[in-house]
Amino acid sequence: MTVTTPTTTLLKLEEDAPQKTRSLWQNAIRHILGDKLTLTALLVLGIMTLLCVLGPPLVENVLELDVNRVDIPNKFLSPGAEGHILGTDHLGRDQLIRLLYGGRVSLAIAYSASVMTILIGVTLGLISGFYGGRIDDLITWVVTTLSSVPALFLLLIAAAIWTPSAKLLIILLALLGWVGTCRLVRGEVLALKEREYILAAQAVGVSNSRVVISHILPNVLPIVIITMTIIAGNLILVESGLSFLGVGVQAPTPTWGNMLTDARSYFNIGTHLVIWPGILIMVTVLCFYLVGDGLRDALDPRGSWRLTE
Amino acid sequence: MSTYILKRLLQGIPTFFGVTIIAFLMMLSAPGDPIALITYNPTREDPAVTESLRRKLGLDEPPFVQYIYWLVGNDWTKIDMDGDGEGDTYGERKGLLRGDLGQSLKHRRPVSELLIEKIPATLLLTFSALIVGYSMGIFLGILAAINHKTWVDQMVRIISVMGNSVPQFWLGLILIIIFSVQLNILPMSGMRDITRRSGGIDMIETAKHMLLPVLVLSLGTIAFISRFTRAGLLEVFEQDFVRTAKSKGIANRRVWWIHALPNALLPVATFIGPALGTLLAGAVIVEKVFSWPGMGRLVVDGVFNRDYPLVMGSVVVASLMFIVGVLISDILYAWLDPRIRFK
Repeated sequence: MTVTTPTTTLLKLEEDAPQKTRSLWQNAIRHILGDKLTLTALLVLGIMTLLCVLGPPLVENVLELDVNRVDIPNKFLSPGAEGHILGTDHLGRDQLIRLLYGGRVSLAIAYSASVMTILIGVTLGLISGFYGGRIDDLITWVVTTLSSVPALFLLLIAAAIWTPSAKLLIILLALLGWVGTCRLVRGEVLALKEREYILAAQAVGVSNSRVVISHILPNVLPIVIITMTIIAGNLILVESGLSFLGVGVQAPTPTWGNMLTDARSYFNIGTHLVIWPGILIMVTVLCFYLVGDGLRDALDPRGSWRLTE
Repeated sequence: MSTYILKRLLQGIPTFFGVTIIAFLMMLSAPGDPIALITYNPTREDPAVTESLRRKLGLDEPPFVQYIYWLVGNDWTKIDMDGDGEGDTYGERKGLLRGDLGQSLKHRRPVSELLIEKIPATLLLTFSALIVGYSMGIFLGILAAINHKTWVDQMVRIISVMGNSVPQFWLGLILIIIFSVQLNILPMSGMRDITRRSGGIDMIETAKHMLLPVLVLSLGTIAFISRFTRAGLLEVFEQDFVRTAKSKGIANRRVWWIHALPNALLPVATFIGPALGTLLAGAVIVEKVFSWPGMGRLVVDGVFNRDYPLVMGSVVVASLMFIVGVLISDILYAWLDPRIRFK
């Protein structure tokens, strides 16, 4: 049994007291570690990604399946059938292995397109917000124009003109998706530019590019990271929507979206083919959004970005 | 107020031209010869005929001139039909700005005519979804804010997050499976029959056809607006004037409805425009799921037939509807909140 003396209490108090030097990021990590919902969402996303990256070869070997093997006599097997845990589709292909491969493509599109979107959006947002003038006018005009066309229409045309592979789709999605981020970053930069420490840095003769990179960028980073998770979730939905319209990644490459397109014609016979890809899309998007929400709570304790979304 | 409206109208003009430039550049970058799309088999055609067709359509001109012709038409200038470098006859096109969107390659009819036929169905769908989305969203948002930190609040949050993350077309399919196939109480498609049927429109029948598509399309708006209303209300609840009202002894109910709600709902009004854009895009997908006879399906079919005039025309018209929507919601906002006008 320990005796509580004044000294130990004092020591304990010192331990509990917040460290003076704890940065925004350390605070954020502590916050997230205490936020069960966000942790769960992160975990699910992590597992999903790992399964889709590492899973396919493993499952193929263990269950002796091949993603493209057509087996017409065994079409529309229900889940639980021998050798096919989640059943088979209209060509007798195993659904589990196709879901894993499809997830690979869908997640790859979501991750890489969101990173590209952010890169374009942040760069242009920084330039436009910091330098102002003509270049700002031009970028703002492009942003207003691009956001006045319902994005899906542009994607539809672009996809029709250049029948997309997964790689091309990533580029198209990024080229048409950066405007929101750019507008957000530009607004943040405009506000930051007026702050005293930026003026001070400029007053002592720090070069413009250095001010942007080491003083402004770190301050827009939190909101950029939050946006990126939301965008990644959105992209999964957009990809599936495009596939559904028939202009996404083309067969035989499976994605969660185009698996649903196939399933649509057979929903009477193979309801399981409709349910599974949809649930995976929903869960993944949900997790991305929840992580985004959690990050917002963690990185923005004042809640000043709550209404900006 | 009128200066504000004028200013906003003028701001819309460069945006609209930007949209036409994007649409035109996309049309220009499309692979394949447009003549081949019109004549089906260019190798069998007489080269002289295709050549004069090319001249008639202005395809021999540089891109900038083509853009001008597309925008303002070519009936004001003589076009060179025989290639001798001199203008022979006046052109026939009136141009986009005078409502001539060109001929559809597939349907062989003016694009504007096709669009006018299909737009009412799309507007019916999007505006119903807008109304349902806003009223349900505001209702749920108020419910959540009043019952802050109770299970009601949690439920609304779950509905809102789920509504954002479910793919619309998938939800549509699931609802069709449940209500049309299993329970057989709602039709899965066939809105077309109603719009074509002569005589009176059967209200109940129409409502039955609209129920599922409108619900699916409005879900995103419900999710967003409920979240936004909730956050806005909670913020207003914290403000001094609400506290003052409460401390004066005004009943809670009165404080909510008379003092807090109008202020919380102000920013919600600004989202009518952007919401309309999302709904127009969403309608493309929902129309395909429920075989709704609207503009979305026309565009998707046009994309597959490489019917570029049709697709470009639809993009311009959809964007125009979107720009007008944003304009109206901005004006509405300025009218509701005088602070905006004087910024």
